[in-house]
Amino acid sequence: MSDSSGKAGWEHFPHEADVGIRGRGMTMASAFEQAAVAVTAIITEPAKVEPLQEIEISCEAVDDELLFVDWLNSLLYEMATRDMLFSRFEVQIEGNKLNGKAWGQKTDVEKHQPVVEVKAATYAELRVGRRRDGIWIAQCVVDV
Amino acid sequence: MDKKLLKRRSEYQWVIEPFGRMNVPAIIFADETLIEAMDKKVYEQATNVAALPGIVKASYAMPDAHWGYGFPIGGVAAFDPDKGGVVSAGGVGFDIACGVRTLTTGITAEDIKAVRHKLADRLAAKIPAGVGSTGKLHLNSKEMDNMLAGGAQWAVERGYGTKEDLLRIEGRGRVSGAEPAQVSDYAKKRQQDQVGTLGSGNHYLEVQHITEIYDKTAARVLGLCEGQVVVSIHCGSRGLGHQIGTEFLKKMATNASRCGIRLGERELACALINSPLGRQYIGAMRGGINCALANRQILTHLVREVFGDILPQAQLKLLYDVSHNTCREETHLVDGTKKKLYVHRKGATCAFGPGHASLPDELKSVGQPVLIGGTMGTASYILVGTEQGMSLAFGSSCHGAGRSMSRHAATKIWQGRQVVQDLADRGILIRSRSYRGAAEEAPGAYKDVSEVVEVAHQAKLSRKVAKLEPLVCVKG
Repeated sequence: MSDSSGKAGWEHFPHEADVGIRGRGMTMASAFEQAAVAVTAIITEPAKVEPLQEIEISCEAVDDELLFVDWLNSLLYEMATRDMLFSRFEVQIEGNKLNGKAWGQKTDVEKHQPVVEVKAATYAELRVGRRRDGIWIAQCVVDV
Repeated sequence: MDKKLLKRRSEYQWVIEPFGRMNVPAIIFADETLIEAMDKKVYEQATNVAALPGIVKASYAMPDAHWGYGFPIGGVAAFDPDKGGVVSAGGVGFDIACGVRTLTTGITAEDIKAVRHKLADRLAAKIPAGVGSTGKLHLNSKEMDNMLAGGAQWAVERGYGTKEDLLRIEGRGRVSGAEPAQVSDYAKKRQQDQVGTLGSGNHYLEVQHITEIYDKTAARVLGLCEGQVVVSIHCGSRGLGHQIGTEFLKKMATNASRCGIRLGERELACALINSPLGRQYIGAMRGGINCALANRQILTHLVREVFGDILPQAQLKLLYDVSHNTCREETHLVDGTKKKLYVHRKGATCAFGPGHASLPDELKSVGQPVLIGGTMGTASYILVGTEQGMSLAFGSSCHGAGRSMSRHAATKIWQGRQVVQDLADRGILIRSRSYRGAAEEAPGAYKDVSEVVEVAHQAKLSRKVAKLEPLVCVKG
């Protein structure tokens, strides 16, 4: 789940009906990247998704939290329309704008054994911010 | 939830009198056990909804209420457009018009015994379900718009089902006022491969048998008898609905602060019904409803094809189709006056009482069928709307029990393979695309729907007619 430094990583947190996802990192962008891995982990083991094909994402929103949800929902859109899963992410944030890349492959039902479709990232438990120890977190509940 | 936070108005009504920014009271329908087990977020969310502009009478929560997105799941709230009422994307949800339909078959559990494995396998093969599945229908842009405008009526015109089916769907299979132009190209693209698919998670297609009849008269009118096999389909508007919800939630959240609408939480994002954004959402959302109706109609056709091959003596007739994530324009009596209201039901079902104008003639004597889904190992129920329910909560009832533990916790307790085997040992055949998915959907991970249904019955929101137990369950 996390790298050896413990600085960047992801986790799921409990939510009654659905799933909470949380990414953390040294930067806000890194937290966004990790959160995306957390979303993939709802569907399949990220390690099973080979980063073979690159796609680009750009989005814009009035604040960091809406931008975070937009980032995740843009990914979900790409997953649904391309029938792909993604395991590697790169995010650049400038003001209200996000430019991102994701690497993954076509969904292979036998290999990936997808558990459930993620419908949307929501505003429930939505938080983007810096902890006291300086680590950025980005979290929300996703609707499955 | 701490009972002391509430005032008990009657055995099954718990009230939160208006305080702070609440415009109306919040009313929770439950017995003592359900209230104590209900999460505190329901209190918070029901009171937040009560603070929205133009809300009429009360913010309601059904016996199965739990933590939702802005609205509690199991939340019902009606708004008056003439009094600055709002429409909320969070009050409808990301799976617009997710719902259930049930078909009677005219055959018994005994009739399918010899072929049930074959039936299970064929249904699993025929019904596109789960991530990576693709529907067989690919609509061009014009047909996509026709589908969004026409709903199940469009599907029947394309050869999926019969005109008789339409009489047993809310709104006769099509909600008017849908505006395909308000549905984005993104949403239509997302639906491209998903027309006529089941989805995943708590969606299902079940072959069930009726194990108990509670009301013989109503059962006779609905064509139900003990031992009869029925088929139920639970799914919604698929990617199109999710995309509409996503896009409009963002627009409404961005707009809310601009209009000075203070929100208890961001998910409550809404817009004035009589505003360009409100009207755009309503037009798009109605397209989403029609998409869900068309989807369930197409799936019905596929199920009929399978039964036609394996059990040709079966006649699959639509009992009813209900949606539980909608906002509908309805006329209700408010203080003795008929008012046009926009009624949000988020994880709550329409439950119109006997005599309601929307019902086909043959159902007017008993009321609108209300279909409450269980889990793959428990029971589902058929109820009917009541006259009292119309004044209790705008003719609404619950939709299902909700989870008792998170998906993660469920996978810690249950192994998918074992869940499937245990159910098979009980005579319930599961066809699931994913074992981990089966674990997440384990019956034990859900609350007891029987308790919820009993309270809905005792509270007079709706009346029990029949209990259904699963024989075959197809999951995505």
